[in-house]
Amino acid sequence: MSHQGKKSATRTTSDQLLIKGGKIVNDDQSFYADVYVEDGLIKQIGENLIVPGGTRTVDAYGQLVMPGGIDAHTRLQAPVLGLSSADGFSQGTKAALAGGTTMIIDHVCLDTGTSLVAAFEQWRGHADGQACCDYGLHVDIPRWHESLREELEALVKDKGVNSFLVFMAYKDKLQCTDAQMYEIFCIIRDLGAIAQVHAENGDIIEEEQKRLLELGITGPEGHVLSRPEEVEAEAVYRAITIARQANCPLYITKVMSRGAADVLAQAKRKGTVVFGEPITASLGTDGSHYWSKNWAKAAAFVTSPPISPDPSTPDHLTTLLSSGDLQVTGSAHCTFTTAQKAVGKDNFTLIPEGTNGIEERMSIIWEKCVVPGKMDENDFVAVTSTNAAKIFNCYPRKGRIAVGADADLVVWNPKATKIISAKTHNLNVEYNIFEGTECHGVPTVVISQGRVVLEDGNLCVTQGLGRFIPRKTFPDFVYKRIKARNRLAEVHGVPRGMYDGPVHEVPASVRAAAPTATSRLTPGAGKAPAVPVRNLHQSGFSLSGSQADDHIARRTAQKIMAPPGGRSNITSLS
Amino acid sequence: MSYQGKKSIPHITMLLDPSRATIECAFHARKDGPGFFDTSDRLLIKGGRIINDDHSFYADIYLEDGLIKQIGENLIVPGGVKTIEANGRMVIPGGIDVNTYLQKPCHGMTAVDDFYQGTKAALAGGTTMIIDHVLPEPGSSLLTSFEKWHEAADTKSCCDYSLHVDITSWYDGIREELEVLVQDKGVNSFQVYMAYKDLYQMSDSQLYEAFTFLKSLGAVILVHAENGDLIAQEQKRILEMGITGPEGHALSRPEELEAEAVFRAITIASRINCPVYITKVMSKSAADIIALARKKGPLVFGEPITASLGTDGTHYWSKNWAKAAAFVTSPPLSPDPTTPDHLNSLLACGDLQVTGSGHCPYSTAQKAVGKDNFTMIPEGVNGIEERMTVVWDKAVATGKMDESQFVAVTSTNAAKIFNLYPRKGRIAVGSDADVVIWDPDKVKTITAKSHKSAIEYNIFEGMECHGAPLVVISQGKIVYEDGNLHVNKGMGRFIPRKPFPEYLYQRIKIRNKVGGLQGVSRGMYDGPVYEIPATPKYATPAPSTKSSPAKNQPPPIRNLHQSNFSLSGAQIDDNNPRRTGHRIVAPPGGRSNITSLG
Repeated sequence: MSHQGKKSATRTTSDQLLIKGGKIVNDDQSFYADVYVEDGLIKQIGENLIVPGGTRTVDAYGQLVMPGGIDAHTRLQAPVLGLSSADGFSQGTKAALAGGTTMIIDHVCLDTGTSLVAAFEQWRGHADGQACCDYGLHVDIPRWHESLREELEALVKDKGVNSFLVFMAYKDKLQCTDAQMYEIFCIIRDLGAIAQVHAENGDIIEEEQKRLLELGITGPEGHVLSRPEEVEAEAVYRAITIARQANCPLYITKVMSRGAADVLAQAKRKGTVVFGEPITASLGTDGSHYWSKNWAKAAAFVTSPPISPDPSTPDHLTTLLSSGDLQVTGSAHCTFTTAQKAVGKDNFTLIPEGTNGIEERMSIIWEKCVVPGKMDENDFVAVTSTNAAKIFNCYPRKGRIAVGADADLVVWNPKATKIISAKTHNLNVEYNIFEGTECHGVPTVVISQGRVVLEDGNLCVTQGLGRFIPRKTFPDFVYKRIKARNRLAEVHGVPRGMYDGPVHEVPASVRAAAPTATSRLTPGAGKAPAVPVRNLHQSGFSLSGSQADDHIARRTAQKIMAPPGGRSNITSLS
Repeated sequence: MSYQGKKSIPHITMLLDPSRATIECAFHARKDGPGFFDTSDRLLIKGGRIINDDHSFYADIYLEDGLIKQIGENLIVPGGVKTIEANGRMVIPGGIDVNTYLQKPCHGMTAVDDFYQGTKAALAGGTTMIIDHVLPEPGSSLLTSFEKWHEAADTKSCCDYSLHVDITSWYDGIREELEVLVQDKGVNSFQVYMAYKDLYQMSDSQLYEAFTFLKSLGAVILVHAENGDLIAQEQKRILEMGITGPEGHALSRPEELEAEAVFRAITIASRINCPVYITKVMSKSAADIIALARKKGPLVFGEPITASLGTDGTHYWSKNWAKAAAFVTSPPLSPDPTTPDHLNSLLACGDLQVTGSGHCPYSTAQKAVGKDNFTMIPEGVNGIEERMTVVWDKAVATGKMDESQFVAVTSTNAAKIFNLYPRKGRIAVGSDADVVIWDPDKVKTITAKSHKSAIEYNIFEGMECHGAPLVVISQGKIVYEDGNLHVNKGMGRFIPRKPFPEYLYQRIKIRNKVGGLQGVSRGMYDGPVYEIPATPKYATPAPSTKSSPAKNQPPPIRNLHQSNFSLSGAQIDDNNPRRTGHRIVAPPGGRSNITSLG
């Protein structure tokens, strides 16, 4: 059926679909059955289904019918250096559908001082008009500020966002300190959301970048040299430590290296609730191309954390993905044309970061994991779709073929092959980082919201058809354990008699220098028992009486914006 | 025989526990007059088994002028030399305690064991050299603090000593001071802190900078590894929960935070290709990180201390406040009772290399400053006297290591790392005459009643230890014998140390050569270049244009449609993030905020 033909056909017929003869693959089991789809939902599953006349039939004999893929990480609209990526929501989701992905979760990342809610609305604006498939949104926290809790609360309660990303890299720009991360994680835990982390040590990277530029290394190889994988592993370790302290579930985006994946796997073994997301690029290729003599090709691979130059990395990551140490896959799709990348032709730190992968994700994972026998088709469904749906709380609406679930389906032909090439891909960029990879296993039919969008290699999508999928807080898959641990994690002091021996007299001036814990943090008098032996030289009187706003942290310096009788600060509202 | 008695009698012949060892003393009173000095400086140790870190052998040792002059059998020595019959006992190099804080200021107090009291305890335990930490108050200069410590130690110390300098803040002009310390003052090791937020803590960038500079000086980089940011948060939380006792100290500093910081320190060091030395390895996970890292190649050294090798942190929960407080140190002792065993195993297999004591005791009255708030309890435990005995008891007596390894971890490795070898840490001709005759069978119960320290609680109280020093010789003089100390205040010398210890820097130098980075030589990219809009204010990535090389050219093709003009002019506060909401505290014409200054 051609694109034109379909458009002219009546809506009702195209909305009723029967997928016949396929093997249905969920993450737990596979079975042979037909699927009847109506109004964008799966209505019936079984054999010899009674369906209305005029229902369109999709032939799936000898093929697998799987839940459509969920790409847990895209950046289709990422603004970098004032550039916006080459594939917007429209082109990006088209490519997603072409590869068998029927839902994406995009990152809202705006670093211009606007509020998170405003940034979110801006993204909704872009995506609602352009997206061809369903989408959700993660919100990136570009900086810590005092009203963050309210903003996050608003996003969680009213906007259907349940995942937030913090950056440990990009010093002086997006980077958070450890203390800020701890506070943010505590907020996120209280709200029942997922904390995502871009894990790289920004401090070290900045120093390394300086050093490399001083050495005269300005090409894309400098990107990977300045961001060695230890720096990624270090940040993963730190993020896990902080999340453990805050008892907050943690999700590491873009696991790119062996070191990082191993740290994560070890932490899981010790019981941390942590999830790792390798991306198409780290599973499908390696970073040796940074040394390519062709600048444009080398630059096409620039992403952060960088793709590991160790050629055994993809193999290692796919093994961990198969064993369950890593759980989710994304693409971190964020593409820039060569001309855009060339902004950094004399300085690798200016190359806009991002690689393609939204279209190739499913095929690459099939090729690297299922074809060599590392995982079976059920595991494949788990890592490409189900786990993401569970973690981000859109299960079983997404990520499962079941009656009542959304009709996002892929008919997968494990026998067909395809060679990835920039000539045939559905993207606007000139280079495809997987150029020449032969993939066994391709989607033959893709159904999104009950409509056939890909068939016989022909895409027929409609811009703006994609719906925003709001996600609720406290996903069971993640928070059941966290809640139980919260109950267990209570610590108790030791009830002991008061110490009544001699106390060394501290000079009054030094007391102020006591580290960190200031007196305002000590618990109220109700809890701390009174001192039995009084030091009669000491007086409870203090010149500054306690004030109602004592609990508000004092600022060390205060800039007088409105001097007495002078201007008011209402004029400085922006 | 009493101390007094000995001083007054010129010739002594004594028989010590005849079933085991005989020590014949024939000497003139040592300290009483210059005329006798020469003879008392000569010593012959007969019939001992000399233990070095590589092998052991039977030989006699002749000491003169504070040096080892001869080793061998049937030595020809001047007449009238005092002879010690070792009777087959072990003769080992005196211990080196690499981590002491005998002058640490805390809330305006100083530790109760000063250099005199502390080094006395050290000698009684078989340690003949200490390396103390100079801890400058933030804001004061390293050099002045160094001189202060140097002076205090020179007048009080009873054994040889050297000094580490702690970098408590990274200020302008510190580079010159560090250079002076390394070149002229004989300091080759500096400690940085990853904990004590807003006090000593350094950021990762500062650590990177400091490591780079210290490497160029050839210094040993010591790291106090704990994540200070998280500790501060946890302290707040725990105090808010109403936990104010010493158990809060352990609860607010869980071992993950130590392991995390160790991991980070190693990552930074391995980027710079510099050696890094983790002081006070207190927990299993921190030790495991070090062991793992060593297997991957970085040059990392780990120093467990007497406390972490000999006891555990369950005592923080003691009902006796004073006892619980006596254990407060940072990083804290691990509450996991299997920790000492694990650390001793790693010490035995070489994953950890050196032992210190972290000796910094405060009296109970001083500790009680924090009786209502655990964050105020001055930190530090004892261990200078017990170190050798505890290591022997936990590692050698249990069969984890042999005597040579014992010498390595208590003395030789430290001497190598800190560039004192072979002057210290080895029994060889020409080395300093710091020698201990060790009795592996002696059983001693550690208790506050008999220890040399001035504190009321000994954290090893009641521990029965096998192995103890019988005779301790420092600078060629017998300073401990038969349970009696014969020391003089101020007789310890400052031992200067040179930079670039070969034990660390040989490998570093080679790695520097091999590890050079090279760019790819490729033709210039000559395709189209996207024009960036003129306002990427927020988006410029970290290295601003100032760090990019000068040859950075502007994009060749200009977009003539684009203008630099923008309606909103750039403001000086453009780099301050806008707040999303703005509470009006001063409405027009109303009150001003000058009155709300806190």
